[in-house]
Amino acid sequence: MKTPSDHPTRRVRVTVNGTPLTREVECRKHLVDFLREDCGLKGSHLGCEHGVCGACTVKLDGQIVRGCLVLAAQADGHRVDTVETPNPSKRLKALQDAFVEHNALQCGYCTPGMLMAALELVEQQPDAQREQVREWMSGNYCRCTGYHAMVDAVCAVLEQQKAGRFMDEPVEARA
Amino acid sequence: MKSPAFDYIRAESPQHAFELLAKHGDDARVIAGGQTLLATLNMRLSQPALLVDIAGFDTWRGIAVEGTTLRIGALTRHTEVEASPVVAQHAPLLAQAAPHIGHRAIRNLGTFGGALAYADPAAEWPACAVALDATLVIAGATGERRVKAADFFQGLYTTAIQPGELLKSCEIPVKAAGERQDFSELSRRHGDYAVAGLAARAKVNGRTLSDLRLVLLSLGDRPVRAVKAEAALQGGTIDDARLVAADAALRAELDPFEDLTHSVAAKKQLAATLMRRAVARLIQEP
Repeated sequence: MKTPSDHPTRRVRVTVNGTPLTREVECRKHLVDFLREDCGLKGSHLGCEHGVCGACTVKLDGQIVRGCLVLAAQADGHRVDTVETPNPSKRLKALQDAFVEHNALQCGYCTPGMLMAALELVEQQPDAQREQVREWMSGNYCRCTGYHAMVDAVCAVLEQQKAGRFMDEPVEARA
Repeated sequence: MKSPAFDYIRAESPQHAFELLAKHGDDARVIAGGQTLLATLNMRLSQPALLVDIAGFDTWRGIAVEGTTLRIGALTRHTEVEASPVVAQHAPLLAQAAPHIGHRAIRNLGTFGGALAYADPAAEWPACAVALDATLVIAGATGERRVKAADFFQGLYTTAIQPGELLKSCEIPVKAAGERQDFSELSRRHGDYAVAGLAARAKVNGRTLSDLRLVLLSLGDRPVRAVKAEAALQGGTIDDARLVAADAALRAELDPFEDLTHSVAAKKQLAATLMRRAVARLIQEP
């Protein structure tokens, strides 16, 4: 039986929410354990820990990923953004406000992952219809409210975007 | 759960990866996007001593057309295939199939070659590769070799890739004039594993099909080409009699496994339904 002291480690340098961080981490550690345990960022949650529930959704180089299906070591040299970024984009802030307005959360456990998934949708699929929103968000599970109010909230932000509310914040080009 | 402990090395080049794989043998696992491997590690279904990360091989990533061949690098992400205008033009089957793979967050990291090399019989890319008569380019320490998709998939999670080799790219003949392609699948919820899926393509002349390929996923231990149904649908105009004959041929030649929620009969029924719908779309006036 191995003890953690025999576990191979690796030095990783990751820019988290705009701040460059260097940490020595176990090679086996996934990105969300790294964020929570080594960076003190508890906003990203762990549900199933095998890529099904979406509670751990964060952005890696601007694109959403399952934080439990990425190793911290893989993120070495890359950029990670989480829901608690100190300078949220206007789209993220609008989504947070819309979730509150539409009662789109109850216990809140899935909410950070929902918000990050919705953020990429608003950024990359500005013309998404309700059915496409449902399909996109189907990668994230909620076990208390159901999904109707969340889809309402995301559709409301898409409407705000169409009305030009985020025009002064262009979406960054994809890598 | 948490994964067992392992070491992790970023291979600097394919040669470096081949050396690491030769040295560590079965104790090493290759990681590219990791969207299947990390889930199995977290569930402790696999306990390798070393992960060899090959994601940094830039020349193994990307989409290009050379003459009549569409080449997709093994490390190309699913979303890159999904968004590519080149793929949409030359292999629309892939563009249609991509949105069915997992969910967006999975597709952003998972790789085209990873899904082919893993050879899950419920996966979309293997069935598409067989339907498109693709060729897989396998690299090893001593050079490259090419294997046709029909010979590449050899069983459950089993391919022609030998220990120490890596899948480098996939070569696909570009869509010919008069050819149409159609992908469809049935799953309980979007993003779930397919209960049944169908990758189809044919040369279409009015209501007549030729060079037809019908390749099913989730209907066997590998992508299953329905050659008898293909034969029944070709050789004349598509009419009710031809569809009935193809339906019977398909049900007779399929030999699926039942799963937790679908019996063998249900799987055959769903496959037959997908076939009818695909044929209807193939012969539809654009």
